[in-house]
Amino acid sequence: MRYLPLTEADRAEMLATIGAERVDDFFGDVPEAARLPGPIDGLPNHQGELAVERHLSNLGVRNRTANEGRFFVGCGAYKHHVPATVDHIIQRSEFLTTYTPYQPEIAQGTLHSLFEFQTQVAELTAMDVANASMYDGSTSCAEAALMACRVTRRRKVVLSGGLHPHYAAATRLLCEAQGIEVVSLPPAIDGELDLAAAVDGDTACVIGQSPNVFGTVTDLSPVADAAHAQKALLVSVFTEAVSLAMVPPPGEMGADIAAGEGQSIGNSLNFGGPYVGLFAASQKLMRQMPGRLCGETVDADGKRGFVLTLSTREQHIRRDKATSNICTNSGLCALAFTAHMTLLGGVGLKRLAELNHDAACALADALETVPGVEILTPRFFNEFAFKTPVNAEAVLAMLEERGVLGGVRASRLLPAGTMDDVIIAAATECTTPDDISAYADALKEIV
Amino acid sequence: MTMNNQGRPTSPTLVDNRPEGETISGSRGLLQAEPLIFETDRWNQTGVDLPEPKRTRSRLGDLRRKAEVSLPGLSEPETVRHYVRLSQRNYAIDLGFFPLGSCTMKHNPRLNERMARLPGFADIHPLQPQSTVQGALQLIDELAGWLKTLTGMPAVAMSPKAGAHGELCGMLAIRRALEVRGELATRKRVLVPASAHGTNPATAIQCGFTVDEIEAAPDGRVDMDDLRQKLAVTDDIAGIMLTNPNTCGLFERDIREIADLIHAAGGYFYCDGANFNAIVGRVRPGDLGVDAMHINLHKTFSTPHGGGGPGSGPTVLSDALAPYAPVPFVERDEDGQYQLIEDDRRESRDSFGRMVAFHGQMGMFVRALTYMLSHGADGLKRVAEDSVLNANYVQARLKAVMTPAFDGYCMHEALFSDAFVADGIETIDIAKALIDEGYHPMTMYFPLVVHGAMLVEPTETESKAELDRFCEAMAGIARRAAEGDMSLKTAPVHAPLRRLDETRAARKPILKWERPEPESEQLAAAE
Repeated sequence: MRYLPLTEADRAEMLATIGAERVDDFFGDVPEAARLPGPIDGLPNHQGELAVERHLSNLGVRNRTANEGRFFVGCGAYKHHVPATVDHIIQRSEFLTTYTPYQPEIAQGTLHSLFEFQTQVAELTAMDVANASMYDGSTSCAEAALMACRVTRRRKVVLSGGLHPHYAAATRLLCEAQGIEVVSLPPAIDGELDLAAAVDGDTACVIGQSPNVFGTVTDLSPVADAAHAQKALLVSVFTEAVSLAMVPPPGEMGADIAAGEGQSIGNSLNFGGPYVGLFAASQKLMRQMPGRLCGETVDADGKRGFVLTLSTREQHIRRDKATSNICTNSGLCALAFTAHMTLLGGVGLKRLAELNHDAACALADALETVPGVEILTPRFFNEFAFKTPVNAEAVLAMLEERGVLGGVRASRLLPAGTMDDVIIAAATECTTPDDISAYADALKEIV
Repeated sequence: MTMNNQGRPTSPTLVDNRPEGETISGSRGLLQAEPLIFETDRWNQTGVDLPEPKRTRSRLGDLRRKAEVSLPGLSEPETVRHYVRLSQRNYAIDLGFFPLGSCTMKHNPRLNERMARLPGFADIHPLQPQSTVQGALQLIDELAGWLKTLTGMPAVAMSPKAGAHGELCGMLAIRRALEVRGELATRKRVLVPASAHGTNPATAIQCGFTVDEIEAAPDGRVDMDDLRQKLAVTDDIAGIMLTNPNTCGLFERDIREIADLIHAAGGYFYCDGANFNAIVGRVRPGDLGVDAMHINLHKTFSTPHGGGGPGSGPTVLSDALAPYAPVPFVERDEDGQYQLIEDDRRESRDSFGRMVAFHGQMGMFVRALTYMLSHGADGLKRVAEDSVLNANYVQARLKAVMTPAFDGYCMHEALFSDAFVADGIETIDIAKALIDEGYHPMTMYFPLVVHGAMLVEPTETESKAELDRFCEAMAGIARRAAEGDMSLKTAPVHAPLRRLDETRAARKPILKWERPEPESEQLAAAE
């Protein structure tokens, strides 16, 4: 077996050194009834690379990729172009096959890049400090809610009607497990500012999203003011990291915590994971943050180096008093993010954002010409909701037959019977003018 | 402006006064000096060629970011060099032996990487119509089938993102089961052995439970007397979280009895599956009375650790907990079509809800299935056997010079205490000395129940020759430690950096690069 270096001779020699007769001796503590006589039934035996590759390839070709045909699906994951360099970097053995940098003398590569990652995320979100990543945007959002409750010692969280429903579900689940009250405002395309009226003296935080799940861009400053007036926090969520080069970022709107998804920068769609959760906060909340933090220090010779720090917040030190149970995070996805961002720079990121916005504007212009279509999102970056004259599910199915993956029906994410005639469509730098006219033409045929 | 490897500008003064042994450039042969990207002159540049935006109209309203994103953009050659230089400061499995206990640092097959990058897996969107992702759903279903068969459990939740997230999944399923029984308000107590991973108590708390610690017996297993005493009162028991094989590298020989006691008390048995590598293909947790167990695909099933993640933590569930599994999950209908059940208001009415956006770590699923198909049922059994053989070999070779924490055979990791070490020398000194010998240190100071613990997990992907080399180096260090060789305190000396000042890092945390003070800018300008 190609992954196992021991030979039969090695095994015999090692058993002799140990003084055991057979490997079964080591399993003597396993209850008699649970000892299996041979390999587990019902599974195939080992196969060579060629056979395995053939099996996986056969599964792979049964999926339609974002590069085949016209593609407008977004809602929390976005088709962007990732430079070839990024994949080369994350496949470097020294990054790919190393562990969490608990031995900093031989992990400066990971730590140095994490320090750069944290700096980039803090700058992108316009926040003071960022951590070394979370699993994804939705768990980042849930952890932000829990952190707000710790900081304020309050037990109520209010979610906007434009928060990605998966993020809302993940947040509700964790909060309710701890007995924290969760208030969800009704689904609304342009309702983020309704949070301002929903905050009261019991509220730990309000969670708003910009651009929200319908693509709506909102300046959450009035929500921050209302929250702060009640000594509550604003958690500002985003699912499209590229947007932050153009739209007001969390820090400029007075957010206390920023939580979002970083997939758009450096990471493939991957059918939903792995992605990279971004998490940033104001300076004064630093010690209540979940997850790993990388900090600067010096070594015994006075040379600059980096270490994981403030680990007394974390489970491996603090156990039941930890700020979170998170251990493994999204290290390699964070590396992909930081490598792509290092290539882009602020200038490149802004240009990329503008290209996205251009494409979405062109898409909206084209779809608006289709009779019965109404753009519902008043202000958007690269994604918007529109109303179809007939049921959205049927429209998307007919578009699919014409080679167009036209977006996500809102009803896939929302409670049954809500916005059955709404499609959320995204365009990025990958979207071509041909894609856009093909979409508009197909939609005209259907409606 | 040039920088040395401390990120400081080099200047004639610094060159003249450079410390003994430091070069003018800051580089040392193959180890190239590398500043932070923020210390380059690539501000207002980009390394990506993008077309000029049209900017014909805006639909942003008048909402605009005020301060431009101020980050350097490096050209492609500079970027590649930056990261390759950084990479050379990392230890990695591909470079050498990485015996980090509890972490299962086995070889990461490259076929896994190739398969995960097939466009049919990497370039598909989680919210595409299900008809366009039938291959992906089938893959999830196949992987779920392997996991269920290997564990002998009837159900598996695929969406947890890592081990600790899998723990959360299992404990939330238990919580939901108690809720359905109408006993959530009273059953709050979760038993956790003192030797447990820190994630266990942290998870229990995160699910609204309280933690009651069980002592370890002198033989490194659960103290059954203490357990029975903790179960004298049963009506507040929610369950137990137990790692098996445990964090001392030992199989809990009373595991069936533990399961029976917990079940009789009305609680559930959560098994931390971090150490599944020791028993995969040989023992099924379903035969041990387990109700829920997460599986670290990034440990047992060879997906790379990536310097801290991503992981993946599918969680198998017993019949008692299966109805409460989170959404989404995959089902196959009569026509052979795969369905992704996303809506917790329909068929999955009892589901405890949704843990995360989308459907789990697909990229890791592809790698793990690739690995399972490669090994097959026969190979996976061999994985467990060789990992346990390797650990026992290390224990046998080192027991004369180190102190095994417990008598008898171990499972997949060998645990030593610091009893053999002379006064003034500590476990960390031994760990750092291993770095100088070209090895990644073992896990140190864990589990907490063993003084100065050193936990060595070789995994099955190490050859006997590699183990022999390691044992010789380790034995040499152990002898120095036993003799009180204080030069161990200065290790490492052959690493890119010496020991780092962690206290200083925590006292006044610097968590991002800041622009230098104006004074030093003037200094730089004057050069």
